[in-house]
Amino acid sequence: MNNMHTFLRFGDASERAHHIDKRRRSGLVWHALFISATALAVLFLMLLLVSVIDSVFGYAALQNEVEPSQLIPGARSVSDFSRDELESVAEKHLSAGILRRVQYENPLSERSDADLTRLIEQYIVKPRVLRTWGLWDSLVNKDVSLAFVEANEQSYLVFRNWLSPAFLVADQSADPLKAGIRTAFLGSLWIILITFLVAFPIGVGAAIYLEEYALDTRLNRMLQLNIFNLSAVPSIIYGLLGLALFVRALEPLTSGAIFSGVVDNTANGRTILSGGLTLGLLVLPIIIINTQEALKAVPDTLRMSAYGVGATQWQTIWYHVLPASVDRILTGTILALSRALGETAPLVVIGASTFISVDPSNIFSKFTTLPIQIYQWSARPQGAYRNIAAAAIVALLILLLVMNSTAITIRNRLARKKRLAS
Amino acid sequence: MAHIARKSSFSISLIPKIVLFLCALISIVITVGIAFILIRESYLFFSDPEVTLKGFFTGKQWQPMIGRFGFLPLLNATLTTSIIAMSLGIPVGLAVAVYLSEYASEKTRGILKPVLEVLAGIPTIVYGYFALTFMTPLLRNIFGDDVVEIYNTASAGLVIGILVLPMIATMAEDAIGSVPKELRLAAYALGGTKLETTVKVVIPAALSGLSATFLLALSRAVGETMVVALAAGAGPNLTANPFEAAETITGYIVRISGGDVSYNSVDYNSIFALGLVLFAITFALNLISRTVSNRFHQEYE
Repeated sequence: MNNMHTFLRFGDASERAHHIDKRRRSGLVWHALFISATALAVLFLMLLLVSVIDSVFGYAALQNEVEPSQLIPGARSVSDFSRDELESVAEKHLSAGILRRVQYENPLSERSDADLTRLIEQYIVKPRVLRTWGLWDSLVNKDVSLAFVEANEQSYLVFRNWLSPAFLVADQSADPLKAGIRTAFLGSLWIILITFLVAFPIGVGAAIYLEEYALDTRLNRMLQLNIFNLSAVPSIIYGLLGLALFVRALEPLTSGAIFSGVVDNTANGRTILSGGLTLGLLVLPIIIINTQEALKAVPDTLRMSAYGVGATQWQTIWYHVLPASVDRILTGTILALSRALGETAPLVVIGASTFISVDPSNIFSKFTTLPIQIYQWSARPQGAYRNIAAAAIVALLILLLVMNSTAITIRNRLARKKRLAS
Repeated sequence: MAHIARKSSFSISLIPKIVLFLCALISIVITVGIAFILIRESYLFFSDPEVTLKGFFTGKQWQPMIGRFGFLPLLNATLTTSIIAMSLGIPVGLAVAVYLSEYASEKTRGILKPVLEVLAGIPTIVYGYFALTFMTPLLRNIFGDDVVEIYNTASAGLVIGILVLPMIATMAEDAIGSVPKELRLAAYALGGTKLETTVKVVIPAALSGLSATFLLALSRAVGETMVVALAAGAGPNLTANPFEAAETITGYIVRISGGDVSYNSVDYNSIFALGLVLFAITFALNLISRTVSNRFHQEYE
């Protein structure tokens, strides 16, 4: 009877075996599919990193405005010059104005060889980038670059590391060979500082209220829902808020005009203060949510024992709950700040300067940040800008890596201290 | 004496509560502030005699310079990139989530989860660079230079798909992981294979959590800015061809505000009107997603 049923439902033994085989096979096929999807995700990360690093190193075809051999017969590059030749070339070929300024800063005879070489390359030889190649092309298809140099009179090939120490400390410049990220880097640090000062106290305060004080009322549920919604609002919307509120409506405050003394009239409220406040609002919901998670992880027994010995609610929070969760709160905050560090759109919308010649010196300065700099360089069609954009990306990623590993170190160290204390 | 002490400690204990409540209230102030500013500036935009509500929502040309204010081309490009992003992000993200939650060993998970976190922590501007320098040349190699323009919505869409992938994978894994074990065991007991259990029991049980994830990812894709600003092109274009350049809502806002616009010009006000549309779309998506996921949590609690 039982067999009869099985037969009707699933066919005879061979059909059953076939059916089970089919099910097993489709299981294997899908298993393979799931694995390949995961491999694809890992592949994307690899491609992303490889495509960036590929552009950081590689050959560049340069062309000089003045050949070194025209300055000193027989010399192939400025580095072949002797000390005397360096000085005499600098004196003879630098234009009068530049020479006066250079002499005023530091006389030629007292400058180092490297310094003189830099001066001569910058003001006399003036190399120009014709084309660049990525690392892969430079290693595998070197003949392509060589052929290009052959075809273009007076051009020559150099292997460049675009992320050089000089790149890290140089000013902004329209020339990709001279441009650097110092101004952008300082701008990013200033912005992050303001963001932290704005968002950290308010964010932690709000989280404490929601976790420790708030009763399950309509208002508090609305607060919570609203915070989740805010955390998913596109960042560009915060940019529009910052533009209308901080840059425009609060211009006297954010440009520093209401304070006597430091006034940069050209900034028009597009200052570090405006940028930091905008990003502060942007990361606020993230900090609140992360801090709430940290507070949730504190066991209720800790609160109960504090109440048990007669502590008030605030004493319980201040002396027991916060110290027990400070490591997680800090980790969450640093993660939120690294989000702010990578934000581009809101700062572009509030009108961060794309080209500034001076370093930001106070919160009322104009500024640019690393991501904005990357955006500006990536958007240019010429090849060499791609290379410095890639170099800036690597610098940004390293900065983020440093921040995140700091977060992990803090967490581990505090966790160990807590264990020792208990 | 004792009475006074208690009284003073009572009033002092209220101070932190009030201060902290004010901190929490700031989040409401931000939301109201965003809505107020967007609506006020949009009102200025729509009170311009050249702009009509009907023209804005049905016009097929967006050229504020010559008084054409139809936002359909921008919306169309936003939808194109988002749909392309979702059709890459959802299947791959879901498959990664299923693999992580149902198949992978603890050790594999320990390696893969940090990879996803790294992918999620990379700034969007880097994805924009990736779209421009890797994805676009790749598409041009595959489909031909004359078919694929240098700036195109396909490249931007695919890269946004990669960008939302870690978010989809992580959230979907949470949703799948919170399906009670009893359901799986019951399916196994009935003779289901691992695949049948996953596809016919676990995923349907996690469906509301998964839809919440997908909605949130869509909202993220619609609001994504830097990738489209770099790779999708600068210039509104009403086209169904993803290989053509077309500017999205966010791309337009960034391009216009990046230049020097003067306050109270139609250009300036228009970015707020578009911002309002964007805010409304994403806010609705987030709210639905939140409601769906709350219901899901109630189901299994």
